Amino acid sequence: MVTADEVWQALAEIPDPEIPVISIVDLGVVKGIEVTDEKVDVEFTPTFMGCPALDTMRLAMEARIAELGATADVHVRLDDSWSTDDITPEGREKLRAAGFAPPAPRPAEPLTLVQLERGLRCPYCGSTSTRLENLFGPTPCRSIRYCDDCRQPFEQFKTI
Amino acid sequence: MSDRTDLLLAIADDELILGWRNSEWTGIAPFLEEDVAFSSIAQNEIGHARALYELAAAELGTTADELAFDREPGEYRSAPLVELRRLEWARTIARHWLYETADEIRLDALKASDDPDIAGLAAKMDREETYHRMHAEMWVDRLLATDEGRTRLIEAIDELWPYALGVLDDELRPELVARAQEKLGRTLPDVEPVPRGAHEAELGELWEEMTMVRRSAPAGAQW
Repeated sequence: MVTADEVWQALAEIPDPEIPVISIVDLGVVKGIEVTDEKVDVEFTPTFMGCPALDTMRLAMEARIAELGATADVHVRLDDSWSTDDITPEGREKLRAAGFAPPAPRPAEPLTLVQLERGLRCPYCGSTSTRLENLFGPTPCRSIRYCDDCRQPFEQFKTI
Repeated sequence: MSDRTDLLLAIADDELILGWRNSEWTGIAPFLEEDVAFSSIAQNEIGHARALYELAAAELGTTADELAFDREPGEYRSAPLVELRRLEWARTIARHWLYETADEIRLDALKASDDPDIAGLAAKMDREETYHRMHAEMWVDRLLATDEGRTRLIEAIDELWPYALGVLDDELRPELVARAQEKLGRTLPDVEPVPRGAHEAELGELWEEMTMVRRSAPAGAQW
């Protein structure tokens, strides 16, 4: 009989389909695992609702849990239960090492453009002389920034 | 159909159709950043539509895809604002900003709903819509900063204003008037809203294109 810990460990080996340097557990989208008889209930919460990787993640979890000899029931939550604050410290470091600026913490009040235009640290050279180039990027979860010191464009995970 | 389903479909249809319209900029926006921005916004809006359709589908015993693609154009509940085809930049920005401003007012009301599914989904959508609003406001500020930009934007807003009013129910409209007038620093015309359901001919064209693949495939095809 599989245990919840074994399921957590197994899911921690599933890479994010779009940013494979971090796992879906690093990303914080797995909210809970409950094992009952031969069934594993997984609470899963989307990052961005239009993200095409969501179905891939759900199918990967079902397949991985099947390999453990159990049947997965992945429940998708459509609420405000995921924030970029849920990305683990290890996940943030892996993002930075791969050239993605980790997300800034979610502010108590609604996010403003002024907050996003502040110079956050360049993941390549560490300079804070960076600026927002575009609120939107190649996937819904990313913005584009530019470092005025090392002249490197880079992506930042949007704060949600 | 319950009032709840009717509300979910109205918002889902707005998001689907506007998402489709925004995606029409993919590849042809005035510059690359806007190509990326409108494509990304389109993706978000269509993601919201899908979640809203799923809630409605659970109540109606159908699926999100059937609601999105298997209805006749006359059955959509979208506001005519989102149906308009506008291939001119000032009008695109005017519609974007008017819609996002109205949508924020609507989401604020939904976040306070007694229905936990609706309140939860609205809160999730609002996190993403925050970025759409920042983008729209940035463009309004940019256009208002020059004489030509201001003239073009105001002309577009005046033209679209009756449509913008039609996005919201009666009780939420005064808030849209207040917010829009404050941002623009001018009084907007006191006009009759173009109501939901008074479909523009442009919806028919969009529907033909949007449902073409699904209509050409055998019933029950999986995507």
